[in-house]
Amino acid sequence: MANGTVALEEKSFYEESTNRWNKGILAWIFSTDHKRIGLLYLYGISAFFLVGVLAGILMRLELIAPGKDLFEPQFYNQLFTLHGVIMIFLFIIPGLPAIFGNFFLPIQIGAKDVAFPRLNLLSWWIYVVGAIMALISIVLPDGPLDTGWTFYVPYSVRSGTNISLAIMAAFVLGFSSILTGLNFITTIHRMRAPGMTWFRMPLFGWSMYATAWIQIIATPVVGITILLVVLERYFGIGIFDPTLGGDPILFQHLFWIYSHPAVYIMILPAMGVVSEIIPTFARRTIFGYKAIAMSSLAIAFVGYLVWAHHMFTTGISDTSRIIFSLLTFIVALPSGVKVFNWVATMYKGSIDPKPPFIWVMNFIFLFSIGGLTGLVLGSLATDIHVHDTYFVVAHFHYVMFGGVGTIFFAALYYWFPKMFGRMYNIKTANIAAALYFVAFNMLYFPKFIMGYMGMPRRYYDYLPEFEAMQQISTVGSWLMGITMILIFGSLIYSMKKGKKAHKNPWGGVTLEWHIESPPTLENFHEIPTVKTEPYDFSQLKEMDYESK
Amino acid sequence: MFPAPSNTVEGVDLAMLIIVAAGVVLLLGITAAMIYFVFKYHRKKGHEPKDIHGSVLLEAIWIAIPTLLVLGMFYFGYIGFETIRYVPDDAFIIDVNAKMWEWDFKYENGKDTDTLYVPVNTPIKLEMISLDVNHSLFIPAFRIKEDVIAGFETYLSFTPQQIGSFDIACAEYCGLKHSMMYTKVVVLSKEDFDNWYNEGEDAQQQSVPTGQAGIGQ
Repeated sequence: MANGTVALEEKSFYEESTNRWNKGILAWIFSTDHKRIGLLYLYGISAFFLVGVLAGILMRLELIAPGKDLFEPQFYNQLFTLHGVIMIFLFIIPGLPAIFGNFFLPIQIGAKDVAFPRLNLLSWWIYVVGAIMALISIVLPDGPLDTGWTFYVPYSVRSGTNISLAIMAAFVLGFSSILTGLNFITTIHRMRAPGMTWFRMPLFGWSMYATAWIQIIATPVVGITILLVVLERYFGIGIFDPTLGGDPILFQHLFWIYSHPAVYIMILPAMGVVSEIIPTFARRTIFGYKAIAMSSLAIAFVGYLVWAHHMFTTGISDTSRIIFSLLTFIVALPSGVKVFNWVATMYKGSIDPKPPFIWVMNFIFLFSIGGLTGLVLGSLATDIHVHDTYFVVAHFHYVMFGGVGTIFFAALYYWFPKMFGRMYNIKTANIAAALYFVAFNMLYFPKFIMGYMGMPRRYYDYLPEFEAMQQISTVGSWLMGITMILIFGSLIYSMKKGKKAHKNPWGGVTLEWHIESPPTLENFHEIPTVKTEPYDFSQLKEMDYESK
Repeated sequence: MFPAPSNTVEGVDLAMLIIVAAGVVLLLGITAAMIYFVFKYHRKKGHEPKDIHGSVLLEAIWIAIPTLLVLGMFYFGYIGFETIRYVPDDAFIIDVNAKMWEWDFKYENGKDTDTLYVPVNTPIKLEMISLDVNHSLFIPAFRIKEDVIAGFETYLSFTPQQIGSFDIACAEYCGLKHSMMYTKVVVLSKEDFDNWYNEGEDAQQQSVPTGQAGIGQ
């Protein structure tokens, strides 16, 4: 319907339903519009994120002094498991692809929707079912699971908590991820607008493409692993349980064959967002487009071959440890390439450091720390010492929260005016970014030091020598809590009350900045024909943008 | 200067130092360049932005130099690791049983303790097995750990170089009292160790299990 009626063209997707309900919740939860589905994910995922934050703050509260402060050990163990499960499976894996991928991937490649809109809706429903299963496992009589988010056997076979339901929730959530990946791959192959060649595609699209392949290929492995654990719990087959002749290390191999590539499911979309934001605010083309695009594919590929670096102390053979250590160092290189190209993109630009850009600067600093400390973990001698300590906890929070989490906010601040048609308060967003930086480093940096001093992770209690640093970290968690209130408070306020945003407030040139804010149901009045590379700012002269 | 508590420390600390030093240089370089560009090319200054599409030379440089760096890091990690994994033929062997939530050390002459006693300057090999879930024997002062798994034996080897007592922690999550599964490795002089090792039955520490084995079984 490229030549839709005039009346159709003027309504935003908020005002136009895709199903027989015009208004109300049913018009949303059964909508096949990729933008509505993206927003449904945004609300659900943000809610779970805040629950995860709360669990984290409670954990830090228990750790404010050695010994028992607030909770029994069992509750603490359940708390860190919930924190991990919620943050990993309900926030960070689906986060960027499901929210921003859904909303912006089709628009950026000049499509009306994803290739399979109904499948897209089904993916959201599967996410909801998985999330409900996880929630039910918390309230059933035997209590929330207490295994850590990694569900290691034999403990997960022996624990009397609601393991089976909780890990089946992860199984179900996996299908949501697989179907979204399938949808995006097809969309990118089949739905690009005329003239949108592969190398004219915005880099967010490339990162989503690499991510989608990992989602499809790696996720089934964890699905199978989860089924095997459930079978083991109910039928005692002897796959993993050593008392039945099983091999507990086999579980770890299977688990990490998925869960390491899953790290790239999380970080690749974030890297894609960074590659969008920097050119827009530097108002120049990206430096090394092909290097960045190809490094996404390289990460996706080499990322499959490094899983055993999670297992350097498990008694696997020394030869395999050496090989996996070497491969782990290799996978660091394409990430480095991206960082260098991003910084080079700022060279000779015309930089206007608006909030999304400030958040990206936060990202580059925090993610670099996360990446560089990853080298400590890739190296065998040092990993033997810091494995399973707070050093690892600090490292993956710098990568996951400092990397993906920071970009979750950057993306929100970048695309907020497009999604909601309104603008937030710039000053509040900048204050939040500064506060976030301080809170983040206070919360997680002491953990590097504690880890090297020998503080193991997943500890309810600790030796007195760690008290001061534990307390700094706990105070950091309060500051982080305040930052979250500030961010979500101001954004929720701006969704309703913010002043109307210009359709192109930043002077971006990718296709989403050519259309209305908020977009119409089919995004484009007419499918555009793409004639330029993605970050060609010479077209800005002919575009309508807010130039101040 | 005291020697390091164990022969394994030096290799780990050296690898750490090298990686952190290189990391700090890279981090400062990246951050400084970023902040400098933001000020230098700030839009208020009215520069005309310049579209630079990339440089094959630069890409090659920032692939090649980091490659050399990480290969160096890999090498030092590997060297330290070889020291950690090397077991001399004459190593003194002690059997370790781990269970929720205690350690049990069995010596060749039948001694059985919940604290690890070892003679200084003697290569030690711990042959470890778990009786229930995964554990991990971690001696932070020695910079070493190895998981203790049910079903197959793993080992940890070191030569203590300093007389004293050091913490042993469990580093692999094992349930309710995971954080309380601490004990000590006590490094004795050779004479003290021989006295302890050869003293009579009555002086032996009997390890009495106190923990509940398994929860929700």
